[in-house]
Amino acid sequence: MSDSQTGSGEQPIYEQVYELLQHYNREGRELRPETDLNAELNIDSVAAMDLIMEIEDKYDIDIPINLVADLRTVQDLVTTVRKQQGAA
Amino acid sequence: MDILAKYDSLAERREIMLQAGDNPFGLRMEKVLSPTDALVNGKRTLLVGTNNYLGLTFDPDCIAAGIKALQEQGTGTTGSRIANGSYALHEELEEALGRYLKRDHTIVWPTGYQANLGVIAGLAGPGDTILLDADSHSSIYDGCRLSGATLIRFRHNDPEDLDKRLARLRRQKEAGSPDAQGAVLVIVEGIYSMLGDIAPLEAFVEVKDRHGAFLLVDEAHSLGVMGETGRGVAEAQGVEAQVDFIAGTFSKSLGAIGGFGASNHPYFERLRYCSRPYMFTASASPASIATVTAAVKRIEEEPGLIRKLWQNAEALHGGLSEKGFEIASPVSPVVAVRLPDEKTAVAFWNALLQAGIYVNLAVPPGTPNNICLMRCSVSAAHTLEQIERVVQTFVDVREALKAGAAAGN
Repeated sequence: MSDSQTGSGEQPIYEQVYELLQHYNREGRELRPETDLNAELNIDSVAAMDLIMEIEDKYDIDIPINLVADLRTVQDLVTTVRKQQGAA
Repeated sequence: MDILAKYDSLAERREIMLQAGDNPFGLRMEKVLSPTDALVNGKRTLLVGTNNYLGLTFDPDCIAAGIKALQEQGTGTTGSRIANGSYALHEELEEALGRYLKRDHTIVWPTGYQANLGVIAGLAGPGDTILLDADSHSSIYDGCRLSGATLIRFRHNDPEDLDKRLARLRRQKEAGSPDAQGAVLVIVEGIYSMLGDIAPLEAFVEVKDRHGAFLLVDEAHSLGVMGETGRGVAEAQGVEAQVDFIAGTFSKSLGAIGGFGASNHPYFERLRYCSRPYMFTASASPASIATVTAAVKRIEEEPGLIRKLWQNAEALHGGLSEKGFEIASPVSPVVAVRLPDEKTAVAFWNALLQAGIYVNLAVPPGTPNNICLMRCSVSAAHTLEQIERVVQTFVDVREALKAGAAAGN
């Protein structure tokens, strides 16, 4: 895990992303950085699109859909938010 | 692991659907009798889900043109236009469409799906950015992926959301971001196929002009349907000059198969040697092309068809609304009735079919926001009596299902 993935600035983002994910977390699983969005939260490609739009609104960023296929875990989401915040 | 095991859950969902009756996604029409009737399960069935907006599939002029082309020029072209050349028929259709649409350049593809692939992947490439409406048709999504451009979705029919995203992109460009230096293409549809809602094009063109982006409008469901002469939503909203590119299909109002892209952009013809879906597919067969040319002529000569279509659309929309059905959008030739869940929708669809009415079952992920629909498409060829029959059958089916539910079935 690189510094950019564990930096203290990410903690609030994790908390906020966990909050957004609660809507999809129908089985009430414990959310961790390594939680698998598809396998553990049943977020399929269509639901992922909705989730991405919620995240885009929250952080005032764009997440190109070319990146969505690579977003496997919560950590991938947070890393992408950080990266796109840098780009914005 | 079996290579097709990844579809297990979809196959299970399909099995459940099939247990409820006929196959909503593969219905066999034993014989199509007219633009509005077919034999299904041996029974004469009223077609209210075929996108045959102007009812031209049995038009005598179109049929005669098709027969003549078939007899004189054979069954197929057996090759692509860049390898085997164009028939004069292809070019005549492009000229006729260009005249009708008032566009300098028109390019024809063998299907509407390929037209979107070819136009989008021809216009945009790696380094460019495409902003597409979130509820876009799959052919638009697939064309976007094929292009290699950066893809950003904006909220459906929301010019403000598009504005926000274009502004962000411009800030990135001004900051020197290497990902934001290419051209920007915005893609919307005229009428959206599932809900029948119409794009606010006037607002979209204002936004895209302000940000210096290009705009492509897919008029698949609005060609021959919207605007005084049927040129689409851009004509209806008076913004044709600001729409840079249009795409469309021949398989709806024109009653055939194929698709097109059209533009006044001076370099648009470059797509003929730069767009893979144009270059690497066999061209449409002579009969198919000839019927489309005849259909374009029919629309030009008989604007009354469009008026009749809207009369019918208003009658169906008004009739169903009056009976308490929830219609997904204001009046358009796509009248989508909202139902509470998939089980109810499948039962409703089967009951309508048994009563001799064919509509489309539309369920997620084919619909936006996880909704389930009985999607009707109206034709100018429907009679008002047929529309009344549809409304009454919807009412009867609702009552029957309610009675069945009360009886615990």
